[in-house]
Amino acid sequence: MTGRALIWVAPLALAACAGPLSTLDPGGHIARDIALLWWVMLAGAGVITAFVLVLLGFAWGAPRRTAQGRWVYGLGLWFPLAVLTALLGVGLWVGERILPRDDGAVTVHAHAFQWGWQFTHDGADGQPVESDGVLHIPAGQPVDILVSSQDVIHSFWVPRLGGKMDAIPGRVNRLRVQTDGAGRFDGLCAEFCGLGHAGMRFVVVAHDDWPPADPDTDPDTGPDTTPETDTNGQEFP
Amino acid sequence: MTDLAHPEPVAVGGSSDLPPNPPQRALRLHRELARVWANDRGWWGQVTAVSHTTLGLRFMATAFVFFAIGGILSMLIRTQLATHQGAFLDTELYNQIFTMHGSIMMFLFAIPMLEGLGIWLLPKLLGTRDMAFPRLTALGYWCYLFGGLIMLGALLFGVAPRDGWFMYTPLSDATHSPGINADVWLLGVTFVEISAIAAAVEITVTILRQRAPGMKLTEMPLFAWYMLGTAAMMLVGFPPLIAGSVLLEVERAFDWPFFDVARGGDPLLWQHLFWLFGHPEVYIIFLPAAGAMSTIIPVMCRTPILGYGAIVAAILGLVFLSFGLWVHHMFTVGIPHMALAFFSAASVLVAVPTAVQVFAWIGTMWKGRPELHLPMLHILGFFLTFVMGGLTGVMLAIVPFNWQAHDTAFVTAHLHYVLIGGFVFPMMAAATYWMPLITGKARVKGLGEAAFCVILIGFHGTFFIMHLTGLLGMPRRIDVYPDNPEWVALNLTSSIFGFVLTIGFAMFAVDLILQATLGQRARRDPWRAPTLDWAMPVPSPNYNFASLPLRRHQGGPAREVIHALARGVGALPGAPRGRREVLVTTAGNARPCHVAVLPGNTALPLVLSACIAVFVLLMLASLYALAAVALAPVAGLVWVWARGMAPVGDLAPVTIAPGVDMPVHHRATPPTLAQSGLHALLVADGALFASLLFGLGFLSVVTQGPPPPPALVQNPAAGIALVIGLAAVAGAAVFARLLAAGYAGRGASWAGLGCNLVALVALAWLAVQLDDPRAHARDALRAAMLGYVGLHVLVGAAMAAFTADQFRRGEIAPQTGRGAIAAWGNWQMFTAVTAGITVAVVLVQAGAP
Repeated sequence: MTGRALIWVAPLALAACAGPLSTLDPGGHIARDIALLWWVMLAGAGVITAFVLVLLGFAWGAPRRTAQGRWVYGLGLWFPLAVLTALLGVGLWVGERILPRDDGAVTVHAHAFQWGWQFTHDGADGQPVESDGVLHIPAGQPVDILVSSQDVIHSFWVPRLGGKMDAIPGRVNRLRVQTDGAGRFDGLCAEFCGLGHAGMRFVVVAHDDWPPADPDTDPDTGPDTTPETDTNGQEFP
Repeated sequence: MTDLAHPEPVAVGGSSDLPPNPPQRALRLHRELARVWANDRGWWGQVTAVSHTTLGLRFMATAFVFFAIGGILSMLIRTQLATHQGAFLDTELYNQIFTMHGSIMMFLFAIPMLEGLGIWLLPKLLGTRDMAFPRLTALGYWCYLFGGLIMLGALLFGVAPRDGWFMYTPLSDATHSPGINADVWLLGVTFVEISAIAAAVEITVTILRQRAPGMKLTEMPLFAWYMLGTAAMMLVGFPPLIAGSVLLEVERAFDWPFFDVARGGDPLLWQHLFWLFGHPEVYIIFLPAAGAMSTIIPVMCRTPILGYGAIVAAILGLVFLSFGLWVHHMFTVGIPHMALAFFSAASVLVAVPTAVQVFAWIGTMWKGRPELHLPMLHILGFFLTFVMGGLTGVMLAIVPFNWQAHDTAFVTAHLHYVLIGGFVFPMMAAATYWMPLITGKARVKGLGEAAFCVILIGFHGTFFIMHLTGLLGMPRRIDVYPDNPEWVALNLTSSIFGFVLTIGFAMFAVDLILQATLGQRARRDPWRAPTLDWAMPVPSPNYNFASLPLRRHQGGPAREVIHALARGVGALPGAPRGRREVLVTTAGNARPCHVAVLPGNTALPLVLSACIAVFVLLMLASLYALAAVALAPVAGLVWVWARGMAPVGDLAPVTIAPGVDMPVHHRATPPTLAQSGLHALLVADGALFASLLFGLGFLSVVTQGPPPPPALVQNPAAGIALVIGLAAVAGAAVFARLLAAGYAGRGASWAGLGCNLVALVALAWLAVQLDDPRAHARDALRAAMLGYVGLHVLVGAAMAAFTADQFRRGEIAPQTGRGAIAAWGNWQMFTAVTAGITVAVVLVQAGAP
């Protein structure tokens, strides 16, 4: 009975979690680590909520002898300390796993402006190749994205690949992503940046061949728009 | 006439107590007190009222109106998001609406609501007749009202703030947010925050100095502990916001580049200052609500609270920890992971004191026999909501998960679970619990329970699935999502239940109105409570207690002491001298110190706040020269305000109980209420100064901007001005201290005034030679700190002149007291110390040996 229910419920639940911007539909190990962390925390939070509500339910009725130490220190102090210490340790471990490190990863640039993205990667000849609204990265290997901003604070976020990183004027922030394989991943600006915020989307294209021979003709990508002249050859601060 | 030394404080700590007064006729006492403590008649009485009961209720009622307005805005947001095309509002208007929703709910609903609850309830709970500074209560209210009206007016005229309620710069700077929208936020919120600082000061002083005789700090009602923690956090937490707002407004108005990257500023400085306020803010909102819970749950369960000491420790822990975790709002700005780990640990640690309280409350329910009255229903609503909000809070404190969930609908869901669960449900419990004391009416049964159910269903229907919406990638603050059909069903569900939630709140409001109008007369002490707030008639009279509760009247069932207190058995019975008297006690053991005579009804607070409003409006209109002129009436009215504290009338000692005489406050040994208030204010002022220092340090250590141009320190004339100014400030402090210590007479006040004037001239000379503050953020911050010191010297000069004037009027004499001497001394010391630190920091920063 349970098994049959699971057969029906599991795909539905997974389908509910799918989506081009879903953090629960990871396209790489970084997002998968964080999604796993989420599922573990959700299970823990569910158990704790149920526990508290059961305690609350049993509170109704005649007065009982109640040991102050057990409630205030046992449940109030030691119980959360134990849970939180474990959770903090796991969080730190996951955080360290997904951090950028000096391992010669491919580096690309993401430069945000009101309201759009300009991306740069090194072409086959070593010359920077610019693209507006489409970020090209190699598939299946770690990539560091150097995030910067032209004007106000934006935030670079590709939910299926990992966490977000703010684009702050005067700073260059480094974010690591890694895909499982070739494909397209939707991204967006996550920090409110004014009138065009909702439309500040972009696409990440992960290529098996790197550098891509001719990204503009990639059937998945479609024709690339020409970079604007005033941002052409922009020095990143 | 006796000399200034006042009698030794009477020992009432421990088992001893003040002797009871002989009983009198309760009705005569009531008439006498009601006449002295009443508001003026008619609408004029509302203008001049300074009573904590009137103003506390008015704070709460006004906050509820703003809650309704913020709620209507949230309905507009939910309507816009119900479909992915959202063809309802244009983006500009949508941005204004969500910014105003957040700003109204935070600054015009939650904070004033908790201030109102504290102001209304604390004197009743602590056994006194009013807050320490009644005129300040009124000033706070008018500043809140006028600031709120300015912000609402901007919304009506379509020029409301539109950069999100945390106003991140550079989006909110003059380049990217032209027009007055951002100025409305910066000036309006700062105007409103006058009321927050005022409330924090008087709540602190009232709790520490006005508890009923013998009510030890360690035995006072938990609500007072919670409000003491709240007030302390407000004193330290609001100044960073005020500092940041002033700096950003100065940048917008005068082009001083505090946050401009191109000229050595840093937008992250704004984020740090904002969240240094913004995170404690969450606990500032939660603690009073938790205080209401800790008061109501034991009464509903017919048992004392479990773990009083542990809860007090948890409050202190929360106050301390809440200042160590502001960075968890900034996990994605590129701070190194190890630094994030520290703030992550602090952020999860803050869950521990919260857990202590939650389990103490549930343990109290186990210990007692819970009764399911309406307040208890709302408390169940708290548990059903807040526990989940707390757990998602812990999730968000975990750095990798935060990187995904930050700035998504998940955070929106979390913060509504915390704020509605942790504040609105307890406030509804509090409202239903204290309504009989407010209105004197019993509730009309039925509607309240229905409202609770609708609210609970509407709330969870709206926000539970919003967690999933966020995890599916929906960011905050977008108005359309044409490419994401997978979010439509979720958003539509949230929108539908959002309207259910609104209907629930409307039913709740109708229930309160029905109770106030149609309810039957309530019995006294309807809940059989053990706290002093119910040891009075319902509705509560303006004077609260005909006589102040003695130790023997505290801690027992309220209904057993109502008659004794009404018949004048307690301390300081009636108002035989025709003036508003309260008893001032020591901070620790509440031993009686002296009798404070409080000011009566006056329109001065309204006039003063109206003058400040004129200044704010002129600033908004960019009429800066006129705005500076508009500060003159403000300064004049502050002088008039201070004159209102001069000793008048009968200054003879007052008999508070048989054989116990107390001096009136003019002739009492310091600290008086006013001096305690100044200490609290200086704590806030010091936090403001520390915020500026933090800015200076942050810009020189963390920010990697263009190097500043060579500085003034090489200029010998500036050096001379600096030395003269510093010496004059120090001289003023020495004269003020000599006067305060009794080593000098009236000449010292004139000498102090002279020193301050010399210092002002020197600082003006220095300002002229200062590097152009528009050139670089460092120079701008130095100029801002010079302005800070200059303002303090200016106030010091005014206080010296005030003291000299008091000597001239003969108000400083053995038979009348010490006037403003102690206050001036404290202020002058503070000014000297901050001036010295400023000079030292600037010299170190400039690389001087």
